[in-house]
Amino acid sequence: MARDELAIRVEGMGKRFFIGAARRRHDTLRDMLAEAALAPFRRIAGVLRGCDSAASGLSEEIWALRDVSFDVRRGEVVGIIGRNGAGKSTLLKILSRITDPTVGRAFIHGRIGSLLEVGTGFHPELTGAENIFLNGAILGMTRRQIEQQFGRIVEFAEIDRFVDTPVKHYSSGMYTRLAFSVAAHLEPEILIVDEVLAVGDFEFQKKCLGKMHDVADGGRTVLFVSHNMAAVRSLCHSVCVLHQGELVFRGDTEEGIHRYLVESHPEGTTAEVRLKGSDPLNPSMSAARLLADGQVAGRFDMGSSLAFEVDYVSPGPLRHPRLGFVLNAEDGERLLGANNRFLPSVGPDVAATSGTIRCELGVVPLMAGRYTLSLWFGDYGRDHHIVLEALAFEVTERDIWGRGTLPPTGSSRLWWPSRFVITPRVEAGAPPIELRSTGRP
Amino acid sequence: MSVSESARVPVASPDDAFVIEPHSGWRVVDFGELWRYRDLLYFMVWRDIKVRYKQSVLGVGWVVFQPLVQMVAFTLIIGLMFGMGAPDGVPYPLFNFAALIPWTFFSQGVTRAAGSLVQGSNLLKKVYFPRLIMPLAGVLSGLVDLVIALGILLVLALAFHLAPAMELGAMALPDYTWSPGWELLWLPAFVLLASVAAIGLGLWASALMVQYRDVALILPFFVQTALYACPVLYPSSEVPQRWHGLYYCNPMAGVIDGFRWSVLGGQHPDFGLMLLSSAVALVLCGSGLLVFRRMERTFADVV
Repeated sequence: MARDELAIRVEGMGKRFFIGAARRRHDTLRDMLAEAALAPFRRIAGVLRGCDSAASGLSEEIWALRDVSFDVRRGEVVGIIGRNGAGKSTLLKILSRITDPTVGRAFIHGRIGSLLEVGTGFHPELTGAENIFLNGAILGMTRRQIEQQFGRIVEFAEIDRFVDTPVKHYSSGMYTRLAFSVAAHLEPEILIVDEVLAVGDFEFQKKCLGKMHDVADGGRTVLFVSHNMAAVRSLCHSVCVLHQGELVFRGDTEEGIHRYLVESHPEGTTAEVRLKGSDPLNPSMSAARLLADGQVAGRFDMGSSLAFEVDYVSPGPLRHPRLGFVLNAEDGERLLGANNRFLPSVGPDVAATSGTIRCELGVVPLMAGRYTLSLWFGDYGRDHHIVLEALAFEVTERDIWGRGTLPPTGSSRLWWPSRFVITPRVEAGAPPIELRSTGRP
Repeated sequence: MSVSESARVPVASPDDAFVIEPHSGWRVVDFGELWRYRDLLYFMVWRDIKVRYKQSVLGVGWVVFQPLVQMVAFTLIIGLMFGMGAPDGVPYPLFNFAALIPWTFFSQGVTRAAGSLVQGSNLLKKVYFPRLIMPLAGVLSGLVDLVIALGILLVLALAFHLAPAMELGAMALPDYTWSPGWELLWLPAFVLLASVAAIGLGLWASALMVQYRDVALILPFFVQTALYACPVLYPSSEVPQRWHGLYYCNPMAGVIDGFRWSVLGGQHPDFGLMLLSSAVALVLCGSGLLVFRRMERTFADVV
């Protein structure tokens, strides 16, 4: 196949969602029946008011994606970047055929494999080997293909001693490795990847990135969504930048990343957010808020004491809620993080179906700039609810040293309250040197 | 805002492209695609079975246990207390158990199929595959239970065949001679019919449940009540002749009559009424497929 051939062509793609009233009024049969009974009257009322009943304020529509068109050539690795809610996931879901577009078309040349999550369909009761077959089949592999790849999958995941152990006994690292490994051995012509590198320990992330490089070098077409600009920079030939559902840039990677950082900057902060659970059968987060010096705030001075709270709900009593976070810089670089899987949590040891977790970080020595906080929530075994960049905040400049001057920006990501000890070595016999303050003259 | 697009490249051959576009209205089932995904169907069925038996202490014993306990309960209440008899000299427990097998297959299949999409909501939102596979697997994974239960039925039939006549309270257990014959060849046909009916109802229920969660509340109640509309506790001959047309609109009425006949023999079911039951099952399944296909494009958005 020639390299110039087209792999994907997207034409005028759009996706509309109805939110609010339209959605709620159909949630139970009773509501639907009531709605059906009232519809004629509403229609009459609508006509009297001189507007179309279908659009008479019952529903609020949102275009998650609007008039998006672009081409991807065979063998091209394209990064898709944009803030949360920019439409990246919607675009991937449409191209993966999970959801239909509302308007527009896409032409796909070649077998598509999509990887929007690692470990989709894993069952805790089944063994590693069984899950490899199940997950492989779910991702679109045939039994023959899985059998051929089986050895390589196990080897890559480094779980050969535990192949016949139910995955519920796996550590979360092993679980993730196995899940990624199955997915990594999918061999589609076009691969769609959504932020799966955001999992696992550092060593494994490096390994995943290596695998992604192999895929990219192997001449396969890759669409790659990520918040991590370093990964995008190293992997992608070009990028698509989405902003509020629209494609605002298509082309060179560096230019696109710059564009993304500029575009997304004025979006402000999210100090408080309501979260939608991804799965009603598992524990999930319902809300999160950011606290600076004890107050809900999205913008605060350098040197403020930082904390955040997460409200959680669970379909059954939950004894050990597990919360992890990663603090990201503007360009997606992960600065720091923690997880109460490894750190002790304080609080009464009782099971409950809802509650709040507060995580106190103390003074995080962030330089002025915009940061985001990604959240991982789960129970003893695994993460059930992940929201990347759930909270966003801005740190403003302040004279942290109390020296009448602002700290220099741009030198590093963090400032550090360090103590300097100077021990001059004075040669014996030499005349004493007068030491002066290193301050300004 | 400028959109700098890479130079347009002509589509190599538009015919080989897969086109993603909005769908609306009714669509028929893409059987070719289902066939390509047959391995997935196999693994889903296999997962269902494996997990069901792995998580329970009794394991496979559970399958045997449940209809047997039901049979004992029904025999005690209906057979012993009310003296309900069974036709053709069949002992009541055997008569009852032979009906509970297809009934259990049907009711559990419908229940599993109905919940399959909501329980697998994460799959719906993260991966594409023909959605039909989920409710299909829910019904088909009951086949293993059915085969095991069928084995128990044969053992029971043999036991009653060997046992002498007895009186148990109001219930007479006649000296029963079990003589299976060519009717057994019909068994797969009735299992197929039960599957068709279960798939039909399961498709309706699963598609509706994605949008209306109260289906999950109504369904157990419905399934429990529907038991009385089937000839499980009583022979269909107890139903007045003039109601037969309506009675056999319940596809499971035909299935249970036929199933019992093919294993235990006796008066063969009425051909016309059997056709009626089959026709209703097919309509149920066909309409279920259409509704499912129509609703499936919004599953991932709504669930």
